[in-house]
Formats: sequence, structure tokens, C-alpha cells
Amino acid sequence: MKVFDYERAESVGHAIEAASKTGAAYYAGGTNLLDLMKAGVRQPDRLVDITRLDELKAIETTKDGSLRIGAMVPNSDLARHETVRTDYPAVAEALLSGASGQLRNAATVGGNLMQQTRCAYFYDTNSACNLREPGVGCDALEGENSKHAILGWTKACIATHPSDFCVPLAAMGASIEVAGPDGRRELNLDDLFELPDETSPPSTRLGPGELITAVILPGQAKTFVGHSRYIKLRDRTSYAFALVSAAALLDVGDGKIKDARIALGSVAAKPWRVRKAETLLNGAEATEASFWKAAEAALADASPSGDNDYKIELAKRVLVRALKAAAAGTPPVMPALPGSVFSMTEETGS
Amino acid sequence: MALRISLKINGTAHEVDLEDARPTLLDVLRERIGLTGTKKGCDRGQCGACTVLIDGRRMNSCLSLAMSLDGADVTTVEGLASGDTLHPVQSAFIENDGFQCGYCTPGQIMSAIGLLAEADGELSAERIREGMSGNLCRCGAYAGIQDAVLDAQARLSKGGRS
Repeated sequence: MKVFDYERAESVGHAIEAASKTGAAYYAGGTNLLDLMKAGVRQPDRLVDITRLDELKAIETTKDGSLRIGAMVPNSDLARHETVRTDYPAVAEALLSGASGQLRNAATVGGNLMQQTRCAYFYDTNSACNLREPGVGCDALEGENSKHAILGWTKACIATHPSDFCVPLAAMGASIEVAGPDGRRELNLDDLFELPDETSPPSTRLGPGELITAVILPGQAKTFVGHSRYIKLRDRTSYAFALVSAAALLDVGDGKIKDARIALGSVAAKPWRVRKAETLLNGAEATEASFWKAAEAALADASPSGDNDYKIELAKRVLVRALKAAAAGTPPVMPALPGSVFSMTEETGS
Repeated sequence: MALRISLKINGTAHEVDLEDARPTLLDVLRERIGLTGTKKGCDRGQCGACTVLIDGRRMNSCLSLAMSLDGADVTTVEGLASGDTLHPVQSAFIENDGFQCGYCTPGQIMSAIGLLAEADGELSAERIREGMSGNLCRCGAYAGIQDAVLDAQARLSKGGRS
């Protein structure tokens, strides 16, 4: 690991000032950044430690009924938080389906959004990777790419965003608060992520020194509380990144869908909300036939970026399973295996 | 410029001078404090062998920058027993064959203690398997580990110390 300067931020203003210099990076939970630094993928000149910023650790209900979550809240604390468990169950389920108990205790809300892809060519500094070094090419295109993107990819980059947490956030239209050298601003989570174009790799729309200070869950999303699920397919039952995942939030009454929110995970360089499929479900019967129609629409634009044709069919099936599970109802207690197809209740539900 | 941090490790205060900010808590524990019970397996947060309690919460010490932990209270496997009296989780691992080679065991035990402290009510075997998934055992002693954690949970609920 390259030697770096270390600075402990005493306030958000101090943090931004320290991190606005070239080569600086924010240090929060460290679970992704330190790993990347050990691999030589990230070589910051300076770490700005934001772990002591208590103003980023609160979870509070705002006047308009939204839930404002400080960026430094650990993933495990958020998943355990009473309001998240009762009002945003798919968020809790997604958080608990990710990583391990140890990592969830360290990893933060802001860090989860900012985590890097798990593409092996990004991690291997001997490989060509446009994301790591723009313009050098992409070894994943001709390599082991069975887990890569099926939506929103270009030849510049076929990596996926690996977050579980971001998937229900994208579905419900969460927003984020950002502080930077030019002040504070709020933007939709969806707008944080920039997809790759023909020449550029994916990126985030954060300027130098900008810091995510909070994530905001809309109060309106509480209408889905009774029918919210996150389902994640992976190589092993626990402690693995998703091959494909889906968040399904439904407002159902008398067998009819009044409103739907859907997003897919690990299919693109950002959590992938599928509004077209949501529109198809609005007013539709809550039946498997409707769910399949929505799933076909959700993946209509998908194409394999390598040996991953299977992910297109898999994504449809995962989405249908998630919709069926959501229609059956949010489980009264968090399943022993959060996000797992082995903890689904759709067969026994309504 | 030397960097100084204070850590409370297993109840004892330590001042550690670092040449630069790179060392992880794992490296400080093993190389500077001489506590080698905490193991370096993958050093990348994937195996859990380095699990310790930081301010009472289980974490991977290999992915924790020591500088950032200035003032923290750390518990390692060396801090569990009182003389010859083992911690109930340690005893449960021995009595349930919760290991073979033993390399992952300190991490398993620290993770189990963290899991039981986090638990919201009694943990089923399935919840224990899920909760312990961040600790790999390449000998494959998982059945014994699961039984050990179940047994430890029963011991602790009978008023044993946590």
C-alpha cells in the first residue's frame, strides 16, 4: 500500500476543505476503500477520515414524513432501526442480505452508494480497465464476464454496481444530500450514477470534495409497507454478491395493483429502476401473468455483454419471484435468510 | 512525523507510535502489541479470521485503519478468559468440536460473541448459520461451529457472562 497522509475531519466543512485537494479520498467504514488500496487499485495521497462526524450519524423523520439517514450510519444499525424495519422493510431486507455481520457493522450508508464494482479486471492492476484507467481498454470484454452487465453497458465498461441497499432505494425514488465546496444540494439517487457511454466508463456525478451527507427515503414509500420484498440470487446462500436481484414494492388491494415500484440489482452500472414495468402493473391484476408481462418489459432492452445471456432470463425470473413474494405480503418477521429464495412465502401467501 | 494513537485492548491502555497511517488494527495487534491470537487469513475482509470486537461490535480488523480507531476499546480472543476460566463461547467451541486446525477459531469465537450480543431474541440454527457466514472454516467444521454457538447461546441465557 502506498503511503498516504491522514487527516481526521472535525466538521463537514473541514472534511470538504481537506478532500478538495487532488488525490484525496474520504475514509468512512473502510471496507471497500482499504481493500482497493491493498490491491493497488486506489492510491490516494491523502485520506480524510469522516468517522468522527456525529452530524452524519443521525436517523430522523423529517417534517414531510420522509426518513433522513445520515451517511455515516452503519449498515447494521440502519437495518435494525425501528422505523426502517416497520416502514421500509425491503430496505432492511436488502441490507441484511449483503456482506457479512462484521462488514455490515463497519460499512456505512454513504460508502454503500459509493462502493466500486467487483469486476475482477478492475481489481487486477495487470489487466486493462477503463474504469481504473480511462482509455486503456477493457479486458472483461473478452474475459470471464459471466456476471457482468446486461443493461446500460457499452464497450467502454461492462461492470455492474454491486449494492443490495441501493436497489430498493432506486425503486422507491430515494434522494441524497450532498455537501461540497459550493454548498449543499439534493439529488435523486438515480442521478448520482452516470452510465458508461461509448468512450467513458461509468462514474458518479459528484464533484471534487463533494461528500454524501444523507440518504432520504420518501414518506410516500410507506404505502408499500405491506407488500415489499428484496430477492437476490447468488452463488451461495449467504455472503456473496448478487448475480441478479430485484426489489418489488406493491400497493395491492382486492387483488389489483394500485401502484408498483421495481428495480433490479447487479444488472448495470447502477441500480436499475424499471418504470416501464411499473406502468404496466398499475391497475393490473396481481397475478403471475401480470408479473411476467412486467418482467418481459423490464428486460426488453437487455443484451448480453459476454457469457451472460443467462442473466437476462434469470433477471426476469427473479423479478417475477420478487413480485409474487411482495404480493403475498411482507413477512411479519425478517426471514432467517434475508433476500433468499429459500425464505419466500409466495406459495403460501394470498 | 510519527503518529500516536491510544487503544484500550482487553482492558489495558496502550499508546502506539506509527511511522505512517497505513497499519490496520490487525497489524497493530499482531506486530506492535504482540497479540497474535487474531489471525491474518485473507487480509481482505473475506475470511473473518481477523474478527475482533471494536467498541463491542464485531468487525474485520484487517479492514480497519488503526489511525481511525484512536481511543477505541478493542477485545481480542486473548481478552476472553479469566485465568483458566474460559469464556462460555470458548468452552462451547471445545465441547462441540467447533474446529479442527483452529486457525479460524479466534475469529469464529469473536464473531459468535458479537452475533449473540447483536441478536434480537433467541437465534435459530438457521439464523446462526446466516449470522456466522462472514467466517470461513476451510476444515469445514461448520456443523460443530453451529452447535457451539447454539450451546453458547443457551449457556449465556442461563446467566453466564457475555
